[in-house]
Amino acid sequence: MEYHVGHPAEIAEGGRRVVSCDGVEIGVFRIGGALKAWHNVCPHRQGPVCQGRVYPRVTEPLQADGTTRTLAYDETRMQVACPWHGWEFDLATGASQGSRMKLRPARLRVTEEAVYVVL
Amino acid sequence: MDQTVSRRAEALKVQEIDVFTDTRDQLAHARAGAEARGLQDWLVCDVDAHHVETVSWAELCEYIEDPVIRHQALLYQQEKTGAPPYGLNGDLGLKYQDVGGRIPHQAGVREKVDDTSVHRDVTLTRRAMESLGVDYMVLFPTPMLTLGLHPQPEMEVYLGRAYNRWLIDRVLKADDRIKTLAYLPFNVPEEAERTVEEFAGQPGIIGFCVPSVRHKPVHHNDYMRTYAMLQERGLPIAFHAAYHWQDPSLATVNRFLGMHALGFVWCNMVHMTNWVLNGIPERFPGLKSIWVESGLAWIPFLMQRLDDQYLMRPSEAPHLTRRPSEYMRQNCWYTTQPMETSNMEALELTLKMINAETQLLFASDWPHFDFDLPQEIVDLPFLSETAKRNILGLNAARLFGLDPAVRKWR
Repeated sequence: MEYHVGHPAEIAEGGRRVVSCDGVEIGVFRIGGALKAWHNVCPHRQGPVCQGRVYPRVTEPLQADGTTRTLAYDETRMQVACPWHGWEFDLATGASQGSRMKLRPARLRVTEEAVYVVL
Repeated sequence: MDQTVSRRAEALKVQEIDVFTDTRDQLAHARAGAEARGLQDWLVCDVDAHHVETVSWAELCEYIEDPVIRHQALLYQQEKTGAPPYGLNGDLGLKYQDVGGRIPHQAGVREKVDDTSVHRDVTLTRRAMESLGVDYMVLFPTPMLTLGLHPQPEMEVYLGRAYNRWLIDRVLKADDRIKTLAYLPFNVPEEAERTVEEFAGQPGIIGFCVPSVRHKPVHHNDYMRTYAMLQERGLPIAFHAAYHWQDPSLATVNRFLGMHALGFVWCNMVHMTNWVLNGIPERFPGLKSIWVESGLAWIPFLMQRLDDQYLMRPSEAPHLTRRPSEYMRQNCWYTTQPMETSNMEALELTLKMINAETQLLFASDWPHFDFDLPQEIVDLPFLSETAKRNILGLNAARLFGLDPAVRKWR
């Protein structure tokens, strides 16, 4: 079954649309120009992960002498933070920071006119 | 031509959860999970949940008994700008629990509440209970948990008593499914006694709570009368953990993660050590102590450590007729949250060591960042259904004398 989400242009860079496909919740995100879709179920405790805030991954650059001075954002790695407990997942790969658990991907079909979730 | 049948996907009402999102929307998956596991037929007592009492601080200050302090507090609340709530000590802006906005429900539960027939906190608590699948919820304050470090001992008395009176009047009387363990102003022992005398038997009061962050020895002779009074009334005493950045033993910890991981355990480890080694369970065998919000992993460590040391130095703990771990297993109760689950073998052993089937009490800690759901107990692979039902509700019903009939979603 395919579920019509909307026009591709309706999901801007950094934006999302979280939908229910007959009760199956899917988050569709645009990251680095591409659309990615993940099930809205956190692998930690089944929280609504796709409804969480999106942040660049936090890094702490090391200087040559092994010291640190500031924290930094890596804008090339966008993370969604599950709003229940803060678990963070890379929106491009679904990988979690600190765990082997990953977001469950959903299949998309994208045409010039429409984005579909394929279940 | 594409022949695939397509249907319209419905956009969720909430696209991004924030501090204004309704609790029922935030916890919609929790409600679905509870229903899927059949929790409608299980008694669930949540022995540790929170509200933010400082949101109602001006209202609470009206319940300060001392007329001069009450007057000062009310004027302060009306007129003072740029200051924290009247009389309250604590970590001021060092409250990083929401991880920079990643966990909005920890930052604030600022959703819309239209029902003005009851206090806003009643409505918020009911929404959380309905979503988590809870029959009884025990509410604790939040910023007041560090009042035990207040430089003015009398302020703990003023504010602790005002909190008890306000909570009973405005929240607990409105719904008999909402309970509390009344605040004990522990730094002034005679006031702690007065508190027990006055608040035992009041609506919603099912025991008393010592916020654990303080530097008072729980074994001091000054407290024996309070313990005797609680034992006589059959009311439990809870030690509710917290962190505090001014604790010198944690002065080098720079990340909130580290502060929270250690602070919420350390205070209760110290009190438990003193509690057991000074033989409080021998002196008051009917006094039930509950150790709240320190998780569970610390208990096996302390049991082993104290047992080993006790056997080498029994002359330093002459009251003991059993090993420390036996008191910890037989005379003490524990709340589950935040239940450490990264090593299930360790968790299984922990539950066995504390005799979880009778001693463990479910707690969510909602709305805090590390809250747990009842279904995490249901999903544990190594417990019997009897043990799960005990942990989720029946142990608490027995401990607090609550009606074990299921009341949710009726």
